[in-house]
Amino acid sequence: MSNFLNLLIAGLATGAIYAVVAIGFTLLWQTSQTINFAQGEFVMLPAFFMLAAMNLGLPFMLAVLVGIGLSLLVLGLLFKRVLVDPMLRHGVLPLAIATMALSIALKESVKELYSAEAHPFPSVVPAGNVDVLGVPVSMQSLGVLVIAVLAVVALNLLLTRTSVGHQMQATAQNPTVARIVGIPVERMILYTFLINAGLVALGSLLVTPIYLAKFSTGEILGQAAFIAAIVGGFNQVRGAVAGGLLLGVVDNLAAAYVSAQYRAAVPLFLLIVIILFRPQGLLGRVEERTV
Amino acid sequence: MTRSLAAWLAGIAGAAALVLLPLALNRYGIYILSLWAVMTIAAIGLNLTLGYAGQISLAQGAFVGIGAYAVAILTTSGFPFVVGLAAALAVSFAVGWLLGYPALRVQHHYLAFVTLAFSTLAYLVFRNEEWLTKGIYGIVGVPRPSVLGIATAKPLPFYYLCLGALAVVSFAVWWLVRSPWGRAFVALRENPVRALSLGVDTRRYTLMAFAIGSALGGVAGAFYAPLVEFVDPTPFTLALSLNLLMMVIVGGAGFFLGPFLGALIAVLLPEWLRFMEGWYLIAYAVFVMVLLVISPTGILGILDRHLTARRTRAASQARAAAKPVLNSEAA
Repeated sequence: MSNFLNLLIAGLATGAIYAVVAIGFTLLWQTSQTINFAQGEFVMLPAFFMLAAMNLGLPFMLAVLVGIGLSLLVLGLLFKRVLVDPMLRHGVLPLAIATMALSIALKESVKELYSAEAHPFPSVVPAGNVDVLGVPVSMQSLGVLVIAVLAVVALNLLLTRTSVGHQMQATAQNPTVARIVGIPVERMILYTFLINAGLVALGSLLVTPIYLAKFSTGEILGQAAFIAAIVGGFNQVRGAVAGGLLLGVVDNLAAAYVSAQYRAAVPLFLLIVIILFRPQGLLGRVEERTV
Repeated sequence: MTRSLAAWLAGIAGAAALVLLPLALNRYGIYILSLWAVMTIAAIGLNLTLGYAGQISLAQGAFVGIGAYAVAILTTSGFPFVVGLAAALAVSFAVGWLLGYPALRVQHHYLAFVTLAFSTLAYLVFRNEEWLTKGIYGIVGVPRPSVLGIATAKPLPFYYLCLGALAVVSFAVWWLVRSPWGRAFVALRENPVRALSLGVDTRRYTLMAFAIGSALGGVAGAFYAPLVEFVDPTPFTLALSLNLLMMVIVGGAGFFLGPFLGALIAVLLPEWLRFMEGWYLIAYAVFVMVLLVISPTGILGILDRHLTARRTRAASQARAAAKPVLNSEAA
């Protein structure tokens, strides 16, 4: 039982990280029809920004700030201005393929410029166990869960309670009408790219102590984010949260109860089952087809 | 008339070059050229899915793997190559159909995610099912077949076998895209809703395009196994699928010759740019992004636009020249 509880909490913790990354992914889709196949690499990269800053002698907390700043600049602003803006007029498919090329470029750049090895990464949450209902539970898992939940709640407040958030939602729902009523649609889209950059930086900070910093971790993380987004519902923030948490729990339970070799296959089956029986996702709405 | 004549002459010159060129090459050169032929077959299949039916597949590498394993397993247990080839074709077609069926019920990008997941799944099976695939040790000594009594064990005859396969696949696909089926494929890419309202069963045709494309991936794998003579899981990761996708995009998705050009660039360029080492992939990925920004239909897309513009200019000049005659008639 204590084992199960630990697995559950560890699962919720990884799931919360997946959710954070998946939210960014769905936000980009909603406001600018960008399917970012480099989302996994976007999570891999900030950890290397932070590591590089620490190598220059900065203390950890300062390095984290530098890493977040660089993420906002490179993965938010530059990504939108340099790749997405000129590609948007070509439609969804070419842009999706361009992000695949971007994922290769980012991965190989880290491999060539930094290193091909896996690097340990300091955790923001201290190690050790705390007692929950008489069961020792990993402090790191709980810490990650709390931070991720706070981030999601803060984002949700931003989207539902502030004027900027309402403008962003309007942009996502109907850009033409949003423009007519005077919402600066372009700036709102830029905001979602910056929010995505912030979310992947946070995801990177939380996940890298667990997965280590390696150029190739983006593949697994990106796939987890896609699956979380689809399982939960592509057009909903709370869908991405539900999908991420479910995936994290399934992933961790599979690691314990399914053979180690096929552990990675379980989320894929989850994906295929969802697409077969509930293609709009657990909490998603059915999207109308565009002509 | 002169245009189609020029196209025919260029085609014949290209084919002659492909037949004669390897005579001047060493063993490794012939191997690279054979690899080009095999990868072109896989890219032609993906071009059906992507270029004609407008669906992103990230599993073409996995289908190449399925084909390669089918031939490797069957031929090393004593079956003739033809049986292996037929199995590769049938299995990858069936798997493609089963995979596309759920994904194509919903929006187009779902196929990309499902095939992405399938890619990982196929790799896990190749690696873990040791009783079938020998796992990470791989299947050693995949024999090269004899065709019509001629052994293709040496590089040159095997190259001609690959080239022959490429020719057969090219003609089959050339015929397919000109048939009502192929026209239906293009109709769904250009405007799925309109195609649907014109009575095209869009889902069935998209599924068909994807399954045939996957089957061609299997065929490519069937020739890849005896070419390398060794099959293990490492070549068939997501990287191969992405690489094949880039080939189609760089050459020109939706153009018949696109995969030939794309595979040429993807297979030969790394050989010439050996000195760049790891930087090569970065440069290539950046090149693909820049190309996509300029022309989402690849290099042939740029060429096509250029030719169309020239033809339009020539036509309007001809009209301008013809105008005085019309005016004098009116007067």
